[in-house]
Amino acid sequence: MLWIPAGLALALVVLPVVGLLARTDYARLPELLTSSASLNALQLSLVTAVLSTVFCVLLGVPLAVVLARSRSRGVRVLRAVVLLPLVLPPVVGGLALLFLLGRNGFLGYLLDVTAGIRIPFTTAAVVIAQTFVAMPFLVVSLEGALRGAGDRYELVASTLGARPWTVFRRVTVPLLLPALGSGAVLSFARALGEFGATITFAGSLEGVTRTLPLEVYNQAEADVDSAVALALLLIVVAVLVIAVARPRAVEGRP
Amino acid sequence: MTLHAELELTRGSFSLSAEFDVPPGTVLAVLGPNGSGKSTLLGCLAGLFVPDDGVVTLGERTLTRTPRLLVQPHDRGVGLLAQDALLFPHLSVVDNVAFAPRSRGASRVASREAARHWLSEVDAAELADRKPAQLSGGQAQRVAIARALAGEPDLLLLDEPLAALDVDAAPAIRGLLRRVLRAAGNQRATVLVTHDPLDALALADHVLVLSRGRVVERGLTRDVLSAPRTPFTARIAGLNLVVGVAEEQGLRTAGGFISGIPAPDVAAGEPAVAVFSPGSVAVYPEGEHSAGSPRNTVAAVVGALEPHGAVVRLRTVDGDGWAEGLAADLTPAAVAELALEPGTPVRLAVKAAAVAIHPAFGP
Amino acid sequence: MRLVLAGVLSVVLVVSACGGSDGSSDEGSGGGDGNRTLNVFAAASLTEAFGELEKQFEAEHDGVDVRLNLAGSSQLASQINEGAPADVFASANEKNMDKVVEAGGVEGQPETFATNKLTIAVPPGNPKGITSFADLAGDDLTVVVCASQVPCGSATEEVEQATGVTLSPASEEQDVKAVLTKVELGEADAGLVYVTDVTSAGDKVESVEFPEAEQAINDYPIAVLAEAGQSELAQQFYDLVLGRSGQEELSKVGFGTP
Repeated sequence: MLWIPAGLALALVVLPVVGLLARTDYARLPELLTSSASLNALQLSLVTAVLSTVFCVLLGVPLAVVLARSRSRGVRVLRAVVLLPLVLPPVVGGLALLFLLGRNGFLGYLLDVTAGIRIPFTTAAVVIAQTFVAMPFLVVSLEGALRGAGDRYELVASTLGARPWTVFRRVTVPLLLPALGSGAVLSFARALGEFGATITFAGSLEGVTRTLPLEVYNQAEADVDSAVALALLLIVVAVLVIAVARPRAVEGRP
Repeated sequence: MTLHAELELTRGSFSLSAEFDVPPGTVLAVLGPNGSGKSTLLGCLAGLFVPDDGVVTLGERTLTRTPRLLVQPHDRGVGLLAQDALLFPHLSVVDNVAFAPRSRGASRVASREAARHWLSEVDAAELADRKPAQLSGGQAQRVAIARALAGEPDLLLLDEPLAALDVDAAPAIRGLLRRVLRAAGNQRATVLVTHDPLDALALADHVLVLSRGRVVERGLTRDVLSAPRTPFTARIAGLNLVVGVAEEQGLRTAGGFISGIPAPDVAAGEPAVAVFSPGSVAVYPEGEHSAGSPRNTVAAVVGALEPHGAVVRLRTVDGDGWAEGLAADLTPAAVAELALEPGTPVRLAVKAAAVAIHPAFGP
Repeated sequence: MRLVLAGVLSVVLVVSACGGSDGSSDEGSGGGDGNRTLNVFAAASLTEAFGELEKQFEAEHDGVDVRLNLAGSSQLASQINEGAPADVFASANEKNMDKVVEAGGVEGQPETFATNKLTIAVPPGNPKGITSFADLAGDDLTVVVCASQVPCGSATEEVEQATGVTLSPASEEQDVKAVLTKVELGEADAGLVYVTDVTSAGDKVESVEFPEAEQAINDYPIAVLAEAGQSELAQQFYDLVLGRSGQEELSKVGFGTP
């Protein structure tokens, strides 16, 4: 009898999208999607989401390994901290980033005074905001996989003479690839859909910080049809990415 | 190289205390039930744990001297073979075996060449290009043995290497281990952890019996297994062993022929042992003959009678042929009925099906 | 099927749009005597003034619960057009009121009840010494404005056209509160917001008024809605807003009178 709740769950996910499709003005779709504002937003979204995913992987993999393998007590606290971006409302996350990297934030002030670098209102701020909210998805899926696998393969590798870095590179990472793939896809999807932290921390300016979700929100103020068309575009991009990346990730071949 | 270890370690209510040496080219079996501290002992040797107090030296090198782990696991020159093969699933068989040479800095080509050599040593050359997922349990363990040996370790640690194999695969792997562990001229020290006295018998020169973290008995494998000095050892490892020369259907001994079932790696004409448990030995009054399935029978004299759990263990002191020093388990009622006491002559019988013939080695 | 879809969609929209605010959906505007609910959808800039009027109205009408749904005017207009239960709609501009009027959602004609105009919000002490609208075009200034799709943004564009000064903002925010926040946090040197927003921000920002703001006066229309479950109460709230005490509350927070 699982199919009743399963069907409900599917309906909850699919029906709103069907609603979106039903409301789309298909006659105006090409014109709405090819406006320069839409194309700029799409390009910016793809570039920033890819960059954020790369940062998530580069930083998240070592973090997940440390969290899964460390036996110290403080790690339990750390694990909870890593999950914070998942529970924080994105707007609060954006504010937190401002308090750190904004002009009056302690790191932001330092950067401004010493190097003349200002992060808010730049594309870099978009990438940072997306990385911030997407990182937990990568870390959680990896850490789960690491815990499930245990460290037996790593132990064997070290007795075979592999130094810790070799073990990490030749055993830990390849074994993690399936989880890494799905974690990266999740992170990318989250980064692509990121809104609250971006608008708070990076602002909204066409071609610089106005990603697709921000453009959707912007258009929704003036022209709902345009917003719906853009939302459709966002969905298509997300579905494409998941469909293309997912099977390869699951296969787990390097 | 000689392995020398002195280990003291406490984890919660469990404590381990052991001291032993393993000379080059020999195998020490650490025998004990689950929870006796065997795996902890291996972990200390491999460098995965630091004991609370202790020393581990291998040849001239001091690996551990508390409170410090002086040599990290990857620098110890230790090979580990576990119950599960634990082949890296993302690498082909040949690359699994090439892992150790590669980690030591050999080129890809040279590592693969070494790997193919070790694969042929374990009769698995034809598996080279498969992925671990395409191997049976026995094949995987064969490859794991090649992988451990390819590192050319000075110390080889075997952690229940046969426990996860099914009954059909275990004898062949046991035979393979025998061959590689006892290969002429090797200078490797090997520690085998097992709960199965047969593994110890087939593979080890010396046995160390561990009970709740304490060494309760040690000595030459055959001495410890055939004449346990403690009830604990007797319970987990008390076996009757008779040496001789293997024949087609049994063992030729100085005192006569014993019918039994030869292990696959037994070759006729080679030194071998007949192994059977005390529970499979039946005791009859002198002169009485039994009928039925093929049996090995022999005359003997009762030496000692010891309570041994719910049964009484009888030991013979004297007798015809191979009856010297055998053990037999009887119920107290049977002892009373047969009026057994030291000096009573008896006749012992063992079913051929209960006797296993294994290759023998050592003195 | 279409009906179900529309329902699901509007619930999702309302839930996501209202966020932490009081919501407006549960028992709608039903209920008998002594336990009635009046749903007022009001532009976010009306938060303070309508908060006072809510108390006043509830004190005068026993057993009536006024629920304020405060959000951007265009969001509110969408919610109303999607069938969200609303009795009164107070918009921050005429464009969004017109959307509801076009959809046939308004009873009678909307009436302008307040006006608002732009001002320059700067951090306390005005560290960059901004005195005029033209100052905002300076190169080294981080200026934040509203996006042109929202009322404060279109007002900003009108002022730009009237003055011939072109701004190059660091960000075009989605609503006026976001602009204010950027100034309050010191991330922006100046932001274009409404006079009323500076009033409600207290001493966290200062206002630099400029004469060109008169070129883009913003009218706030209010209307009783056609689907109102409490049309009588709705009419009374409408009268309160347009009446003397309503106008007093509005001018207290900086709104102009029409």
